[in-house]
Amino acid sequence: MSDMIQAGLQHYLIVSVLLFSLGLFGVLARRNLIVIYMGLELMLNAANLALVAFSHFNANLNGQVMVFFIITVAAAEVAVGLALIVALYRKRSTAHVEDLTSLKY
Amino acid sequence: MPQLTDLLFYGFAALTLLFGFLCVANPLSRNPVTSAMFLVLTIISMAGLFILLHAFFLAAVQVLVYAGAVMVLFLFVIMLLDLKEEERRKLRKFTVGLGAVAVAAIAGILIKATLSAVPLAAGKAVEGNTKPLGVALFTQYLLPFEILSILLLVAMVGVILLSKKELK
Repeated sequence: MSDMIQAGLQHYLIVSVLLFSLGLFGVLARRNLIVIYMGLELMLNAANLALVAFSHFNANLNGQVMVFFIITVAAAEVAVGLALIVALYRKRSTAHVEDLTSLKY
Repeated sequence: MPQLTDLLFYGFAALTLLFGFLCVANPLSRNPVTSAMFLVLTIISMAGLFILLHAFFLAAVQVLVYAGAVMVLFLFVIMLLDLKEEERRKLRKFTVGLGAVAVAAIAGILIKATLSAVPLAAGKAVEGNTKPLGVALFTQYLLPFEILSILLLVAMVGVILLSKKELK
């Protein structure tokens, strides 16, 4: 019974899965590009949590170095993505994916 | 008898998931600023989880880079865009329902895989302090580290180019 209560690797992984699902749901359900980006950030953070948990329970530092890299790449990605959104808003005056259908037709 | 760290884990995990939910699917407000604020809270609760996992340096980086720099960037861009537009729009019930079903299916598969895995015996803890991480970064991971700095430079140049008014 105490194994179930004690926070182990599986507990952290389940939190990570749930957080990833929330992010994915945000990407699928919301229509605002900014909020979709926040969903992406949630998914990246969920992956980070899984990596840190693996790193801790394997007694291996490599997972944490990987998380450091992911955080840096995510920061670069957010900067470029938000600049793209701003450029798009200047051109089309919208940040909603429903209005961006010119590739579809 | 649950230990204090376990109680803290449950507390921070619950906070992370609650704030994450309020970030993407807040039933009361669809304002992007509210979402951004809840994302900050999610990230700070996650830093708590990192501390429970002995990843002290990453917890500090998480708060500084995500809750600090990235969220300021988000808020700046939100302020540049039209805030009221999001609240005027209706969400399509059908799309949201389908999305929820797909996400629930994926989450179910992943949780099933997690639970059916053989649990790992906890090894002796590694301390994610600045020193061991720095040693790993500058010896074993030196090349990825340098590539990453070039990536940041490229991203910076790209952002400056993208945000210019007229491309000539």
